[in-house]
Amino acid sequence: MPLPTGDTIGILADNLRLRKSVLPIPAGVATRWSRGLNLPRGGETVLYTGMMYQLIPYIAAISKAQGKVEDSPLANFVRLGRMINKVVNISGFMARPARDMQVRYDGMLVGIARLLEQAGVEFGYLYEEELYSGALVYDLGVDDVFAQHAREVYQTFRKKEVKNVITVDPHTTNMLRSVYPQLIEGYDLKVRSYLEVLAERLPAAGSAPGGADVVIHDSCVYARYENIIEPQRKLLAAAGINVKEPRDSGKFTLCCGGPAESLFPKKALERAAIRVEQLQAVSRQGVTMCPICLVNLQKAAGPDMNLRDISEYLIGRQA
Amino acid sequence: MVQVNPGFIDQVGQAKTFNAAACMNCGVCSAVCPMGIELLPRKLFRYVLLGMEDKVRDNSATIYSCLLCKMCEVNCPAGVHIAENVRTLRYYLYK
Repeated sequence: MPLPTGDTIGILADNLRLRKSVLPIPAGVATRWSRGLNLPRGGETVLYTGMMYQLIPYIAAISKAQGKVEDSPLANFVRLGRMINKVVNISGFMARPARDMQVRYDGMLVGIARLLEQAGVEFGYLYEEELYSGALVYDLGVDDVFAQHAREVYQTFRKKEVKNVITVDPHTTNMLRSVYPQLIEGYDLKVRSYLEVLAERLPAAGSAPGGADVVIHDSCVYARYENIIEPQRKLLAAAGINVKEPRDSGKFTLCCGGPAESLFPKKALERAAIRVEQLQAVSRQGVTMCPICLVNLQKAAGPDMNLRDISEYLIGRQA
Repeated sequence: MVQVNPGFIDQVGQAKTFNAAACMNCGVCSAVCPMGIELLPRKLFRYVLLGMEDKVRDNSATIYSCLLCKMCEVNCPAGVHIAENVRTLRYYLYK
């Protein structure tokens, strides 16, 4: 039988309500990427990870476990799992993230921080006080739990006297820039993706010549929710990457299937395979700008395609 | 036999933002859906507008399968807020 929708959503919502994240991870793991960077604590402008990159290795591990449960008799025990989860965090037992994956995703955040520093942007970080944005629970329609959490996130920013937030992924960008203002009266944070911040600081020199052909996969949320389509292309071109467009791109990009991952892992993988086929028709080198897109597409592509986060391309060209 | 609940549209909380009535039933949304969901959104929204609550509940798996990717929305000639409508239905179902 498929995963029971209500109880699976219930576990995620309970986690957000009780533990401030859909998939609670230790604070030391969430902030590990920042070690040695000497980023100031807080400040008027902060880099806000929303924990998305840090969560991906855990999501991949959970997804693997879910794939075994889906369509098996074990799905009957999800309700029991929800009851236990109210007392003990069961995701901590289910998810054993791969170490190499953690190193890679932490490295992407390090790359983003370095790119901003190299561009002359001054920013701080909230370290263990940073909270997950609540994006998944919002998408699943658990609005009451989400609204309460959003207010807590906003209060954290207020307490730290933050005025400008630089985000690193599309889902967090959308939550803080477009969804929170609808829920929170007097919301006054200025929210921008690091891609926008970097792109506006590019010199007007234009493209660097002689780069590799790389097919671009636009995030649905960046392209259709936040209208962020050009900054990533400008940055890649300036870094000497020859950006190639797949059949569906920009405003009409094809979803990676990732949003179905929490409830329908098999469907998510099927959708990803269709997108990978489109991408591979153009190039075996691909670029993504959302960690969910990256992990979902890579799972479908296997070793046949080299997919990398945009930060890996940009930092690689500057090294 | 189909049971009709005339107040269903009002019960779908946040009904003010639920703009399914703008749908012309042209089917572009179904044609471009990356999940290949034929039901969503046009038929589903008709069920809501007609008060066919049981039909909506019977299709909860389909409602949760939607990626909220907005491919349908950018192609919709009537400007229906499809993703937000689907999210509203999720809120109603979970409640």
